[in-house]
Amino acid sequence: MIARFFLQNMDRRGGIFLAIVLALALLVPLSNLLMPAGSAFHVPTSTMSLWGKYLCYALLAISLDLVWGYCGILSLGHGAFFALGGYAMGMYLMRQIGSRGVYGNPVLPDFMVFLNWQELPWYWYGFSSFPFAMLMVLAVPGLLAFIFGWFAFRSRVTGVYLSIITQALTYALLLAFFRNDMGFGGNNGLTDFKDILGFEVQAQGTRAALFSMTCVMLAAGFLIARGIVVSKLGKVVIAIRDAESRIRFLGYRVDRFKLFVFTVSACMAGIAGALYVPQVGIINPSEFAPANSIETVIWVAVGGRGTLVGAALGAVVVNWAKTVFTSGFMAPYWLFALGGLFVVVTLFLPKGILGTAEALWARRRRPASAPAAEPAPAE
Amino acid sequence: MSFFYRLLHLGVILVALVAASVASFAQNADEAFRRLAADSYSDTTRAVEILVASAHPNAGLMVEALGDGRLLAGPGGVVVKTAAGGLVDARTGQTLAAAPEGLKAVRLNNSVRRAVQAALGGLSLLNPDPGKRAAAAEAVFKSRDAGLLPIVETAIGKESDPRALAALRQAQAAILVAKPDAQPLDRLAAIDVLRERGDQEALATLRALSGEATPALRDAQAKAISAIEGRLRLWDIAQNLWYGLSLGSVLLLAAIGLAITFGVMGVINMAHGEMVMLGAYTTFVVQEAIRANAPWLFDWSLAIALPAAFIVSGAVGIAIERGVIRFLYGRPLETLLATWGISLILQQTVRTAFGPTNREVGAPAFMSGAFDLGGLAITYNRLWIIVFTALVFLALLAILKLTPMGLQMRAVTQNRRMASAMGIRTGRIDALTFGLGSGVAGLAGVALSQIDNVSPNLGQSYIIDSFMVVVFGGVGNLWGTLVGAMTLGVANKLLEPYAGAVLGKIALLVCIILFIQKRPRGLFALKGRAVEA
Repeated sequence: MIARFFLQNMDRRGGIFLAIVLALALLVPLSNLLMPAGSAFHVPTSTMSLWGKYLCYALLAISLDLVWGYCGILSLGHGAFFALGGYAMGMYLMRQIGSRGVYGNPVLPDFMVFLNWQELPWYWYGFSSFPFAMLMVLAVPGLLAFIFGWFAFRSRVTGVYLSIITQALTYALLLAFFRNDMGFGGNNGLTDFKDILGFEVQAQGTRAALFSMTCVMLAAGFLIARGIVVSKLGKVVIAIRDAESRIRFLGYRVDRFKLFVFTVSACMAGIAGALYVPQVGIINPSEFAPANSIETVIWVAVGGRGTLVGAALGAVVVNWAKTVFTSGFMAPYWLFALGGLFVVVTLFLPKGILGTAEALWARRRRPASAPAAEPAPAE
Repeated sequence: MSFFYRLLHLGVILVALVAASVASFAQNADEAFRRLAADSYSDTTRAVEILVASAHPNAGLMVEALGDGRLLAGPGGVVVKTAAGGLVDARTGQTLAAAPEGLKAVRLNNSVRRAVQAALGGLSLLNPDPGKRAAAAEAVFKSRDAGLLPIVETAIGKESDPRALAALRQAQAAILVAKPDAQPLDRLAAIDVLRERGDQEALATLRALSGEATPALRDAQAKAISAIEGRLRLWDIAQNLWYGLSLGSVLLLAAIGLAITFGVMGVINMAHGEMVMLGAYTTFVVQEAIRANAPWLFDWSLAIALPAAFIVSGAVGIAIERGVIRFLYGRPLETLLATWGISLILQQTVRTAFGPTNREVGAPAFMSGAFDLGGLAITYNRLWIIVFTALVFLALLAILKLTPMGLQMRAVTQNRRMASAMGIRTGRIDALTFGLGSGVAGLAGVALSQIDNVSPNLGQSYIIDSFMVVVFGGVGNLWGTLVGAMTLGVANKLLEPYAGAVLGKIALLVCIILFIQKRPRGLFALKGRAVEA
């Protein structure tokens, strides 16, 4: 039954995506660990970590596509959920350092010793346990999204207003986490990680395992999002996107559907953040910056809004382009390219790369048949 | 050696003190002239005190000359060598052709110098200029030097200017409160004077109440302190209100253009902050041009920059509307993304053209400086920005209410399709509105260049606050924006002393997020029948 939930109506697009992601999960770590460094099939560790980062972003993009592409909620604060998940993971990693910090305090992380704190704040309790930390990775972003969504959706805050207050949310968190007395390392954030589950974070094997884990989580996130979207509930959610009032008048509790999707999406973003932190080695308040959240939106828009696969594709493509652009003589022009991307995609590619490519493909295969009647989404 | 020197020093001070206590009885300047000629440190010190007490017309001249080593004395009389090199008879003030025989420069040691310093302070209490007398009294008030009490009292007796008199009385009160051996009744009266004055200095003086104090004195002190503290707290609140007003006007300037475009077109312009930035950079360019070509025009640079900034930002705004936003009509969320992209491009353009660092924008003379109003410190640049904001607000109000374009804009805001049916070219109104909103942002940039760093990130720091103002105040109504901006500004500044700047801001953001739940369309929402916008 569970398998049916996840695999029902699996189309070719989703199948190919799953196959690629799972293949990556297996092949990249194997090639990194087993192939000799000079071999053409060897993936260097740095490349693997870089792509692990892209795949975390891909999971974040899928979570955003779930709410924006299918429910019409343009969240400009998804970076906040991502960063909160990251902080939960970061706190676990900080507690694993133990007495190996600069100050050698067995309980307090370095920055607390530096601030002359005497004991661990209560909200750091339990983070030395991995299961608890993983629970928090889900619970903290989920709870915040639930509370925020509870208020916002019940009072029917929609459209631009919702976007603006989600932005205010992440901005408020940005300011809060910059404060030293919040107990999250202030400006510097959490870094200098040593171990995860007893394995050294920097070690090649750990990195390979983390990469593998990211691929698996991306696949799982995709399956869950897809399962929601194609289910009956998903049909209501899509209908809410297209004509919210009509669905409300039909007797559906619109706010509950929105709240469910929003919370699930926030949890997925939290997982993405949790996988991101050990691979990058740092989490700091700049992850909360409103600009980051808006950039996430453009990944989804570039890849194709409302396609899930497209969102992941967009995240990888844009970030790969960013890496290429910002290292080298093109660096000053990256913001021109990114800004231009925003304009060009919204003006000329409203369906994104994937949507446009599929439309072209469909036209070439069935040139004679009439185009499928597609309901125009009304805002 | 050092011990011996100190002993000597102590002796000199003792002599000076004894001398000071007798000083008030002898007011004969002749005595002073005689002692100056005696060529001993203690006599010189004493002579200075007598001179001050005697209120001799040339006393100031002499003491000043003594301090600089320009006072010559001997059996033949006392002569002042002026700074220009001339000679003046100290007794009569007449210019002399040559100095009498046998005059020597009066020598100084530390105790003489100290006496000269005190005397100069005391002598300014007798200065012919009332402003200088008041300033000298203020200096005495701060030093609370008990040695000056006789002079202060002399000065009070002679004083006729009310302002200087008040200052002198306060100085007297400060000395009395700090002086342990003064009469308790005098000290009680002094406490009342300080209580009347009621500022930070008076508080410090009251706290310095020393010596054996009677219960009545202690009681009066405590009451006066609490009264002053209460009054200071009120001034503090007033000062914070002023800061809040100032911040509110800045927010209003930044947000009002955004509110107009949002009201008419229903789109959020994420590049609005960059319009502000363009205005600030236009000011910079105008000032650079003036510095290079016409430096005498510098005080007018802001007046010249205003229309220039309006035109630059307005033109960019119209270009954005015609080039991008027009094609995204009816898709507000996509518009938001596209304008964000434009804001990135504009930022990078400015960074490429002017560099990433802050640019120096100068302030014309009338914008710099500050003045005190009661317990308030008010800087001219903040004051002018508030005035400027009020003018911009009134001008916009007039445009919306009195011009045909304003009428059409309001019509489109209320019901776009009906307005279109009545023959209003809504596309043209959109472009003009966007141009107007952007132009006003440019004006805001000119004002902000005076109080903030002109850097490519200037717009970014205001954009979220501007959104909050618009969302809080509601759209399509300038008064809503005004109330929103002022409320946020004042609330921010009133929260700051209690919660700190960052926490106050966070609290405010949370409040707005909660407020939106209650009123999803802002404080002053347009009433309509639409189920959803």
